[in-house]
Amino acid sequence: MSTETVAAAPAATAPPRGAPAPRQGRPRPVARTLRYGLLVLFVLIVLMPLYVLVVTSFKSGREIGVNGQWNLPETWTFASWAKAWSALGPSFGRTFELAIPVALISSLIGAANGFVLSRWRFPGADVVFTLILFGMFIPYQAVMIPLREVVLWLGIAPGIPTLIFVHTVYGIPICTLIFRNYYATIIPEELIEAAQMDGAGLLRTFRSLILPVSIPGFVVTVIWQFTSSWNDYLFAIFLSNNRNGPITIALNALAGAQSPDYAAAMAGALITSLPTLLVYVLLGRWFIGGLMAGSVKS
Amino acid sequence: MRHRRRTWIPGLLLISPSLILLAVFVYGLIGWTVNLSLQDRHNARPAKGYVGLDNYTKLFTSDINDRFVHSLKNLVVFTLVFMVGTIVLGLIWALLLERRAKAEGFWRTIYLFPMAVSFVASGVVWRWLMNTGQGDSAGGINAIFHGLGLSFLESPWWTDPDWGMAAMAVPAIWQLSGYVMALFLAGFRGIPEELREAAVVDGATTFQLYRQVLFPQLTPTILSALIITGHMSMKMFDLIMSVSGAQWLTEVPAVYVWQTLLTRDYAKAAAISVFLLLIVAVVVVPYLIHVNRSEKRS
Repeated sequence: MSTETVAAAPAATAPPRGAPAPRQGRPRPVARTLRYGLLVLFVLIVLMPLYVLVVTSFKSGREIGVNGQWNLPETWTFASWAKAWSALGPSFGRTFELAIPVALISSLIGAANGFVLSRWRFPGADVVFTLILFGMFIPYQAVMIPLREVVLWLGIAPGIPTLIFVHTVYGIPICTLIFRNYYATIIPEELIEAAQMDGAGLLRTFRSLILPVSIPGFVVTVIWQFTSSWNDYLFAIFLSNNRNGPITIALNALAGAQSPDYAAAMAGALITSLPTLLVYVLLGRWFIGGLMAGSVKS
Repeated sequence: MRHRRRTWIPGLLLISPSLILLAVFVYGLIGWTVNLSLQDRHNARPAKGYVGLDNYTKLFTSDINDRFVHSLKNLVVFTLVFMVGTIVLGLIWALLLERRAKAEGFWRTIYLFPMAVSFVASGVVWRWLMNTGQGDSAGGINAIFHGLGLSFLESPWWTDPDWGMAAMAVPAIWQLSGYVMALFLAGFRGIPEELREAAVVDGATTFQLYRQVLFPQLTPTILSALIITGHMSMKMFDLIMSVSGAQWLTEVPAVYVWQTLLTRDYAKAAAISVFLLLIVAVVVVPYLIHVNRSEKRS
């Protein structure tokens, strides 16, 4: 999802549990049944595409496009996975080379910016902050045409290095926002004032006092930037190709044909999604925290 | 005062690299695109001169087959269905989970997981699900309807000339309703418990409690949800490229820009991009100013 949107304090990430709820009367059995019935129904609907992906990816060519599309495979085969992997393998590694540096660099920049903007008041700070934020809402088409020329002119190598640079730059607004909101909740004003009294420099304060308590913020921005650069297609199609680009380009090449090999395409879609799904399953709490950031307000 | 003056300078220095990058790569490049959109650069050769707003007015007056207007209409249908769909579904899910559902984390995790998947990957499976074959050659969801004897529900999906874009919004709704749910859940949890208690003590029914006490408190949440889904919709590109590829029936401005660039009509592509940016700015800028103000008040 090229969805450059997030923004709440990681503190507010896992929806906070309120105090024990006062009993609004015992829920009637009918309401209870209805509630859980609906929850189950929606789960089935939401999981349906995943079922199709998994089932189809294990079918042999013979079983696709005939009756029983929704059935389990009669014979399970890894052939389509092998085919998909040979198409996606090279870009799979490249996408890690893209997403990991993007996640780390933009988080570090975001932390520094968020730290300054959460506590240092300088003239026009609010305007500057708003101008930064607007950067995460722009349709990137509005910068894409000259962007190609500028990165060429800067001499950044095409493909992954260019994409690292671009995702890092356009990730600055969201990372700054996440850290600003986070620091606004955790850093007491007095801490910074005390540090200034000590004569501790800004950078020293940041390094020795702030960075050590920033882990929760980093988790959110790292997940966010990793996911959005992994899933991006727009920058990728403008600034790279199937030989030097990330996995979304390769998947589109595999699946985008007029009459695609659906078994291989779906195996490919699963391979493409595994890293971000893994991140989501393992770090879901913080992932949601990233999402909340999109609402701008903490 | 003298003390304060000294303290904000190092902060400004620390964030200045980011400010410069954003000044160049957001505002500078937007300026470049605007400038390009005012010239007559319609092929690989350099522009001969400025043509005022011609490239913009031509989009509305002399675009072949009213292609731009057609893409705007598609965008409107898509946006309305997408926004209403995600907000209704997200609200229903939040309401089902909001009052301490059993295993809340489990439901939440499943409803949200599509968010971790890229549009390109989900496009692969939705293209299969929204198979346009009907009757005996029905595939995907149509096959289920056909099998259940609900043939009247079979749909041409995104190939319907009038309502195709509504079908195109279905995968997007699948991906982002969980996000809106998370926003609503956070909204509900942010409402002070005393408000509920007071309403219950006053003898409010559950319906009255939600209608008159809780929903009014959710206005900021709904505003965020509208802004986030709305601006995502304006940028929608990956999903459409993945489900249908670039084609007339499902063309939106973001795809039109790409198609126009392939023909090297840079000035026209720039004009469409700037138009898209303006739509987003008209909505987002007042929102950011509003958020800024209400933050200052609190």
